Amino acid sequence: MKFWRKPLDLDQLEIPHGEIHIVKDRCKGCAFCVEYCPKDVLELSDEFNIKGYHPPYVKNPDQCLFCRLCETICPEFAIWVTEKQKEVKKVES
Amino acid sequence: MNETLTKEMGVIEEKHPMENILRMDRIPHIWCPTCGIGIAVTSFAIALEKSKIPLDQVCVVSGIGCSGRVAGYVKLDSFHSTHGRAIPFATGLKLGNPKLKTVVFSGDGDIIGIGGNHFIHSARRNMDMLVLCINNFIYAMTGGQLAATTPLTANTSTSPYGNYETPFNLPYLADSCGAVYVARWTVLHVRRLANSITEALNKKGFSFIEIICPCSTIYARRNRLGSGLDLMKFYHDNSIIKHGANTKELDIGFQQKIIVGKFVDRERPTFLESLNDWNRKVFGDKFKEYGGPDDGD
Repeated sequence: MKFWRKPLDLDQLEIPHGEIHIVKDRCKGCAFCVEYCPKDVLELSDEFNIKGYHPPYVKNPDQCLFCRLCETICPEFAIWVTEKQKEVKKVES
Repeated sequence: MNETLTKEMGVIEEKHPMENILRMDRIPHIWCPTCGIGIAVTSFAIALEKSKIPLDQVCVVSGIGCSGRVAGYVKLDSFHSTHGRAIPFATGLKLGNPKLKTVVFSGDGDIIGIGGNHFIHSARRNMDMLVLCINNFIYAMTGGQLAATTPLTANTSTSPYGNYETPFNLPYLADSCGAVYVARWTVLHVRRLANSITEALNKKGFSFIEIICPCSTIYARRNRLGSGLDLMKFYHDNSIIKHGANTKELDIGFQQKIIVGKFVDRERPTFLESLNDWNRKVFGDKFKEYGGPDDGD
């Protein structure tokens, strides 16, 4: 992760990571989550779901910072994020 | 059926965090792809969680229309009332049991068009309720007729050459009728909308939040505005956050800048408070304060 300025307490900070769950058959392909994800984690897939829409898939799973914007902005209640269990991850400076 | 299939296949291992507020057996809902009402429901659910009001003390009343469906999808005490009569029903609920927190979740055609009279009188009396008005500028469920909020020059099925009627300015209407909390957000401002609903839920009196919502199937199609995603991008580029703005200046033109924010936040005695105060003044000690059916004897 890039910082425009290095925080002084960088060693103590722990950046949360999220795991994204998608119910593909509930998706109606509006692409709000893809458009408004601040880290470009999601992308529309080429496959069709049971309704004939293109559901998103997780392109960069490591980039997700657990901001839960996709969960909030999804009109279909089809996507949600859970916090990944901490694996003692330290930020590389 | 699709959901049960996936459940049998064991794909869904964990539950959606909002399952305690939604009736999941009724999901997927009937709203069109890229409709914003689902986002408003999510914001409402987040606000309910944040405000820490017990769920058995909240009730949701809806009228008719696309957003009238909300009452069927939330797992709270809810009622789907007749067209325009969501606010009178909520008034009755509140007076019958003043401990309830009543929320009216309905559309612009229902609250302002058909039930406009009920709206202004509830605001005048300062009934203790929260009104969430989904504004999509059109009567969407019945085929796109001209609504009281349709901006000038917009095309609808009953104004095929463009609209020439001046629309309502909803925050100004609510402010001048005496609402204690008036705000306007688009569905793109999800976090601010959730915070605003939390604030309004904890406020006593008539709170009004206008939620501007994309309607891709009717409004955007008739006016050639693209998909719902294009409307969201339009909101992103053209909404200006201006807290405390003069409500007179909040008119929405066709595809013009939208001023959003919290405009009014004031204190006024609510209907029940004034009722108790006045009767105590008139009858003295003989009067027993009204606080619900199960207090006192």
